[in-house]
Parts: sequence; structure tokens; C-alpha cells
Amino acid sequence: MSENKRSFQDALSESPLVVPILAIFTSMVLGGIIIAWAGGNPVAAYIGLYQGAFGSLNALSETAVWATPYILAGLAVAFAFKGGLFNIGAEGQLALGAVAAAWVGYALPDLLGAELPRYLHLTLALGAGTLAGLIWGAIPGWLKAHTGGHEVINTIMMNYIALNMTSFLLNGVMKDPSPTNVIARTPLIAETARLGTLFAKYRVHWGFIMALVAAAIVWWLLERTTFGFEIRTVGANPDAAQYAGINVKRIITWTMAISGLLAGLAGAVEVTGLNYRHELGFSVGYGFDAIAIALLGKTHPLGVVLAALLFAAMRNGGTRMQFMTQIPVDIISVIQALILLFVAADAIIRYIYRLKASEDKLVLTRGWGG
Amino acid sequence: MDWKRYLFIALIIIALFSVVIFVGKTQTPPLVIAMSMLATTLMVATPLTLGALSGVFCETSAVINIGIEGMMLAAAFFGWLAAIYMNTIFGYEPMPSLITGVVVAVLTGGIFGLLLAVLSITFKVDQIIGGTVVNMLAIGITGFLNRQLFFEKNSVFGGQVPHAPGTLPIIHLPVPKVVGGVCSLFTADGCPTFANALGKVFDQRPIAILAIVLVFVSHYVIFHTRWGLRTRAVGEHPRAADTVGINVTRVRYINVVIGGLLAGLGGAYFTLESVPSFEPLMTNGRGFIALAAMIFGNWTPIGSWAAALVFGAAQAMQINLQFFRDLIPPAWSFLQQSYIVGLTPYLLTMLILTGIVGKTVPPAADGQPYEK
Repeated sequence: MSENKRSFQDALSESPLVVPILAIFTSMVLGGIIIAWAGGNPVAAYIGLYQGAFGSLNALSETAVWATPYILAGLAVAFAFKGGLFNIGAEGQLALGAVAAAWVGYALPDLLGAELPRYLHLTLALGAGTLAGLIWGAIPGWLKAHTGGHEVINTIMMNYIALNMTSFLLNGVMKDPSPTNVIARTPLIAETARLGTLFAKYRVHWGFIMALVAAAIVWWLLERTTFGFEIRTVGANPDAAQYAGINVKRIITWTMAISGLLAGLAGAVEVTGLNYRHELGFSVGYGFDAIAIALLGKTHPLGVVLAALLFAAMRNGGTRMQFMTQIPVDIISVIQALILLFVAADAIIRYIYRLKASEDKLVLTRGWGG
Repeated sequence: MDWKRYLFIALIIIALFSVVIFVGKTQTPPLVIAMSMLATTLMVATPLTLGALSGVFCETSAVINIGIEGMMLAAAFFGWLAAIYMNTIFGYEPMPSLITGVVVAVLTGGIFGLLLAVLSITFKVDQIIGGTVVNMLAIGITGFLNRQLFFEKNSVFGGQVPHAPGTLPIIHLPVPKVVGGVCSLFTADGCPTFANALGKVFDQRPIAILAIVLVFVSHYVIFHTRWGLRTRAVGEHPRAADTVGINVTRVRYINVVIGGLLAGLGGAYFTLESVPSFEPLMTNGRGFIALAAMIFGNWTPIGSWAAALVFGAAQAMQINLQFFRDLIPPAWSFLQQSYIVGLTPYLLTMLILTGIVGKTVPPAADGQPYEK
């Protein structure tokens, strides 16, 4: 009997889902304690959270709407991790992707003096967004490969540069000129540059499908192509990769470029599919959320999709939770940070729940020298 | 740190000062502008200096700390919270509230430092992820509590921000008097313009002055004490240190907590010295720039301080140009755009990290957990 029990515990300890699930559970319990301290009823709060996220068809649609940029930005960070690179710059890449897509969306028809065909205009807008993200990711990648400037610092600096540039543009040349507007935002994009919704009555749009397809492509690229193999080899051991004849510098630059591309697409999809414009401040917080999603999903594309859906459900349900219990929606950020804490330090979870220590250690980044 | 690097730092600072002097010289004497720039530079470099010192202590013992930003943010919030709470008790006397605030801020930094230490030393979490956890927790907790305490009607403060005790007062060091006295030995009038302009530089608030003192204290501790030697040994070659009987884990724990305390003091600057209020995300990347200053300063206290002054000068340029906005010549009109001028510290950071003035060398074991 005890033999069986032991083997069951072994199997449980080795399952890849066990630590993330227990991390989420533990964080929700701690979050509940904080809610109770703040004078709320944790059970009511979590019921509100659940209803807000899954309680109706509209709630499901809104969760998918939230999940769309999360999946893409999470994939961006996860993709860089595969190559041994830490992209903290998803926020800036996303913001510039949104700005570029918005510009093509509202300004290009005026510039050309003619309406563009629907799918061409949409493709150009999405293309501009991904290109902006790609460039914004490639710069720190190139700097890492050729000068050794660490991508952690450089991507953070480029977040602030992107924020300043966006503020400059949205308060200046790109500001919505309508007389009633006082907000730093672009004009609405043309109808021809908009992604359609999936169902007539709900806001969930084709960007959600695009995000899922992107996850599949990322998986295929990493697991089934030579390029992906080279990325993973550089991520695991750059010296060995160099010795094996892989052009490490080229791979590092392209890993960051594709990572930036995915984040840029996230921004472009938000503009073309949901908001139909870019507004200052909308992209704040996506960068850190994307890191947490990538880590919670263990950098696997399917894991990233699931983690993004969870984060989206929490963000979406948080509004209803706040409405029902008066607990500020910011509690969600605390719970999400705790999830990241327990996923990163899985030894804590394994200790609390008496699981066996993990054999394989996920090496994600290297120190300053790497 | 070699002299070329200090020369490079000096040249950049001179260039940044020159821009402001060039723009404002028709209205204000260059000397006064230079002194005003120097005063602002020393002031705004304070959190960068303290953040960089935090990084120096952590990384000299081989623990990468990218959580400086979060430590400062949390310290800024809890220090301010303690100060305004004490102010409701002490009322009209601001100093006890402010001092309590500073102490709480420093301790908050220490607690977050302890969290980083537990994650990276005991649990051997990837240290960059560990720092990210610190940053995310700080953003989450401060954002939640800020909303919960000051915007919810059922909270202890009844949904509004109580009266703040103001900021720490300026300490007037008697520099103008001394300079005037020396000056009067050589001139008839005791050169009041110069003395007063110079005096402005030394009219700093307590945390700014303390930060400069701590630079030299840290230098002494790291390079001239037994503790510093042990710390460096643990950072360069932990196994050798272990072999001669140094407790690697203990040395790293203490240094990371010291780093947290220093970042906490840097956090106090934001809400207790610079402005008497708290905004979510108000540290605005200063923790990361501090990290870059530490790298550029080659992981040494004095070098980090010098690098922090470069970033301080860039920020001071942005601030001082505001006074001369109307004097900016048309060809230089981009200087009127604060968003464009505001890019300077970030672009400088990236430029410096390319190794344009030589590569810096981190402690050999930096970032690696120690396995016995």
C-alpha cells in the first residue's frame, strides 16, 4: 500500500502541471487572506472573479479579448527565453507596434489620397506593427551579439525610450485633432484596416485566432526547424553552439527580432481588432505580465496559451470582483506576482506540499558575462 | 576604475552642462548656471547613487540584483505611509514623522533584500527572475495598497490621503561663509556672487548628503576592511572562500540585505525628500539606470557614483532647460521637447553598455548560486 502511495507521489512530483497548479492555488489562498484583511469576503470575491471571467458568453468573449495580447506578448518573452535571452522589453515593442499599426490605419489613406482595399490595408497595418516590434527587438539583440551590452538593461532602456517617443507622438503630430479631444490618443483607424469580430454580438475578434495560430507557428519553428534547433542550442550553451558551427551572433539577433515581432503584433492586433486607435498608457504593465505568463507556461507555447488565458480571466474577472466586494482590482497584480514567485521558486511549493525535488533545472538566463 | 573612464564621464558631464550654459548665457551668468546644474545633478543623482551602491554590495558578493527598482518603489511607499500615519499622531511637528518614514523606508528595502536573498541564495532561483519577482511584487503591493488605503471609503484613512508632513529640510552647510572668508583675503568684496553660487551647490537635503558620505563609507568597507575582503572573496571564488572557512551563504545574505537597506534609503528620497506624495510606478526606471551606473562604474562605489552623476547631469539638463525654454535658438528647437531631451539618460545608458569606453568586468562568480 505504501509502495503504491509512494509511486503516486513520485508521479505527481514529476508531472509538469503540478507546480504551476499548486502555485496558482497557493497564491489565490494568500490573495484571499489579503482580501479578508482589507475587509472583503474572499469567497464572494473569488465567486465574482469567476463570474466575471466565465459567467456568461459575454464574459468568455471578454476573457478571450484580454487573452489575445497576453498570448502574443507571452510568446514573445518565452521565445527569447528559448534562446537564453531575457526580453523585458515586450512593453515597448508592443507600444511601438500599436503606434505603427495605428498610423498606417488612419494616415495612409489620406497620404495616398485614396481608400485602400480592405485586406491590403489591414495587412499593411499589421505588417507595420510587427515590423516596428521586430526592429525594437532586433536592436538590443544586435547590441547583445556584437557589443555584449546586456539585453536586460537595454530592453528596459528601450521601454522608456518607446514610452517617451509614444508620448511625444501622441501629444504631437499623431494626436487626434477632433476639437473635443483632450487625451493623448490617435484618431480612429479606417474601416478598411480593422480586424473583424468573430461573432456579431461580442467583442472577441480574429486577433484571438491569430494569437493561437502564432502559438502553433512558434512551436513548429522551435521544435521542427533547423532554425529553431539552432536557437535552442544557443540558449542551452552558446559555446557549444559556436563550436558546432552555428552563427551565434546571427541567432541572438534574430531571436530577439522575432521576440519583438510577436510583441509588436500584440500591439498591432489590439489596435486593429479592439480599440481602433492607440491611446497613451494602454500598454503599461504588459511587459511584466508577459514575463510572468512565459514563466508560468514554462516557456512552452501551449503552456503560454493556458497561462495567458488564466491571466486574462483574472484581469477580466477582477472588474466584477471589485464591483461586488469593493476590493481594488490591483489585488490581481499582487496575486499574479505571487504566482510568479512560486513558479520561479518551485522549491517553496515542493517543500509546502511535500513533493520530491525536481531533477531538471530550467536555466533561463545567464549573468552579465553570458 | 581606470582614468580613461573618469575622463569620459567628465567630458559627458561638461558637454551636458555646456548645452544649458549655451542656451541660457544671455540671461544668466555661466557660473551661476554651472553651479545650479551642479546642485541639481547632485540632488537628482541621489537615488541613482544609492541604487548603484545597493547593486555594488549585492554583486560584489555575486548576487545579481535587478530588483533595485522594486525595492526603491516599495520603500518609497511604505516610508511615506509611515510618515503620514505618524503625522496624524504627532500633528504639527514634521521631523519625528519624517525620520520614522526614512527608517521604515530603509527597513522596507531590507525586507525586500531579504526576499531576494532567500530566493537567490537559499532557493537558487535564477537571479534575474528573482529580481523580477521583487519588482512585480513591489508594483503589485504598492498599487493595491495605494488604492485600498486612499481611494476606498472603508479604509483606515476614510478614502483620502491624510496631510503629509512635507519633505526633509535643506541643510545649509556654511560653505558660502567659508569661501567668502577665504575670498576676502585676496579681494576687497569677498566675491559674493561666486560664494553664493557655490553655496547653492552645498544646500542639499539630508539623504543627498548621506548618499555621498555612503559612497566613501562603502569604498572603505569593500576595499579596506576584513568584511570587504571576505565579500570580494565570496564574489570572485566562493569555493576558495569556503575552503578557508568563510561562510559563503552568510556573507551573501548580509550583503544582499545591506543592498536592500541602501535601496530603501534611495526609495525614501522619492517620497520624503523630493516630493511629499506617492504615485504608482513613481521610481520610473531609476532603479534600472542605477544598475547601469553600477556596471559602468565597474562594480566599485566611487566609479558607480561618478556614473550616477552622468545620468544625474542628463536629468539636470532636462530640468534646467525648462527655465530657458524661450531662449532656445530655432535650430536647436528639439531641446524644447522634454520628451526628446528626456531620452538622454536612456540613450546614454545604452551607448555606455556597448563598451565604447572599454569593457567592465563583473565579479567572477556573479549570478551563480553556490553549490557545496
